[in-house]
Amino acid sequence: MPAGQKPLSILVIDENHLRASVIEAGLREAGYDDLTIVYDVVGIARRIEKIQPDVIMINLENPNRDMLENMFQLSRAVKRPIAMFVDRSDSASIEAAVEAGVSAYVVDGLKRERVKPVLDMAISRFNAFSRMSRELDEARSELEKRKLVERAKGILMSTRGLSEQQAYVLLRKTAMSQNRKISEIAESLITAAGLLAPPGEEE
Amino acid sequence: MAETHQITAGFMPLLDSAVLVTAKEMGFAAAEGIDLTLVREMSWANIRDRLAVGHFQVAHMLGPMPIACNLGLTPLAVPTIVPMALGQGGNAVTVSNAVWAAMSAHGAEENFDPATTGHALKKVVLERVSQRKPLLRFAVVHPFSGHNYELRYWLAACGIDPSRDIEIVIVPPPLMVDALASGTIDGYCVGEPWSTAAALLGRGHIVTVKAAIWRSSPEKVLGAGALWAEENPEALSALLRALSNAAKWCGDAHNHDDLTRILAEKLYVAQPAGWMLPALRGQLPIGGERTVAVSDFFVPFAKGATFPWKSHALWFYSQMVRWGQVQHTAANAQIARETYRPDLYRAALKPLGIALPVANAKVEGALTAATPVGSSGASLVLGPDGFFDGGLFDPDKLDAYIASQKL
Repeated sequence: MPAGQKPLSILVIDENHLRASVIEAGLREAGYDDLTIVYDVVGIARRIEKIQPDVIMINLENPNRDMLENMFQLSRAVKRPIAMFVDRSDSASIEAAVEAGVSAYVVDGLKRERVKPVLDMAISRFNAFSRMSRELDEARSELEKRKLVERAKGILMSTRGLSEQQAYVLLRKTAMSQNRKISEIAESLITAAGLLAPPGEEE
Repeated sequence: MAETHQITAGFMPLLDSAVLVTAKEMGFAAAEGIDLTLVREMSWANIRDRLAVGHFQVAHMLGPMPIACNLGLTPLAVPTIVPMALGQGGNAVTVSNAVWAAMSAHGAEENFDPATTGHALKKVVLERVSQRKPLLRFAVVHPFSGHNYELRYWLAACGIDPSRDIEIVIVPPPLMVDALASGTIDGYCVGEPWSTAAALLGRGHIVTVKAAIWRSSPEKVLGAGALWAEENPEALSALLRALSNAAKWCGDAHNHDDLTRILAEKLYVAQPAGWMLPALRGQLPIGGERTVAVSDFFVPFAKGATFPWKSHALWFYSQMVRWGQVQHTAANAQIARETYRPDLYRAALKPLGIALPVANAKVEGALTAATPVGSSGASLVLGPDGFFDGGLFDPDKLDAYIASQKL
């Protein structure tokens, strides 16, 4: 940040605490210390009045964007007019922001080059967060699948007296012959075992 | 069909997304050669932004929104046209149980009559002023919405100044019921299923409905990017035909069970079917098993309900002026008038042989009973379309109407 300039005051509204902290960390690393993070919009007008932010960021899944925009247009809390994004003509930035899932409102008259880095940082952090969540979801479902297979093996071992290796081979062979995933076969087997179990014995 | 048009449409999870949803789910879009993708959104701002950056070609929009976009009143707006409406009516005004109790004490009855309930509400409002209690706070979904304007019209006609005697705030539809129950707001005007939901859950009381404040009145529309529409006239025409057929299907009472089952799905409104049937049947709940019958509560197809009347656009514009959102000039009125495009509607739907109005605009509030009007294709019956206070809106006398509507 250029010396001698008053640092930008930034308000981030995000109900996802984890993502909010990812964005906060990014902005602090980049030298933006005048940061306020809020997780819900209760009393937001008073907060805005108090901190007079230069930039307000909110994620697109937040249903309160319409309320917020109305407040920018009407409220006495907002002393300076607030426009959207960096620059209306900067369509690439706008598109990148919408794609990343964030929208930014910027006090009128603020120079484009001062806001652009903030928005770029938010966009890259939003994208990184989405990637992270996706990977986490994938890892979670991978783990779930593995657990299903373990349980199905256990059922086969106890009901048919198979070894662990034999149980696995049976599951894999069945999956191959039916052209299905081994986790799907495991799931069917667990469901069937649950249905067939004598009352009181199901898990 | 040989050619496939790829169209992505944004929608909000509300009952009146029905026409768009069934165009896809019941195969009306596919039959016109359209590969229709529907994307559910969480705010009208998202819909506007995604239309602006080209993620959507068309969207489920609040009737006044495209006009506000074209007048430059909202951030990040691109030129947007309205080639079709997505039905008429569908909103209701609901108040908290406490406000209803106070209104009842002042003579409000469970009949949705705007004049008498409004009169009772006025007494409640005055009482609070004399007791120095905080103003009642009502919510609407968006500043540029039919909800905002019909709520204000009703209040003003009942002698309540909506800018001084009460407070009006913006709350997203799915949060309305909780906001009412928690006392954050005292009432709201919203689309379905959110008034029915409050009534069925015992959290609020429906006091009047859009169809009673202004019968056969405009609500959601199909907003289309003007540039896309210009460059893809065939895709747009095909879409309008698909939507018209979908609207007809939605308007058939035999399909209402199926319709609510589809809308209840996770991808769409994702709320219980039982919350959506009352609006479709025109039997709105008022507590326990009791209901009030409303004619034309939500009309997806009949009575030219999908026709984009220029008089509807101009009435919305007159309300933007009335409540200080825009200055009245001849140029602004022209922008509003040209936003709605009955010419495109007629050109696209002519092959269907359905009833098409000959006129582009009409005097709103002039029909006191259902009336046959000039049409091409099948015969067309319009109305009744009255304002509850007997008001008339003649789009040819816009200046005089605007001048007369000061409080």
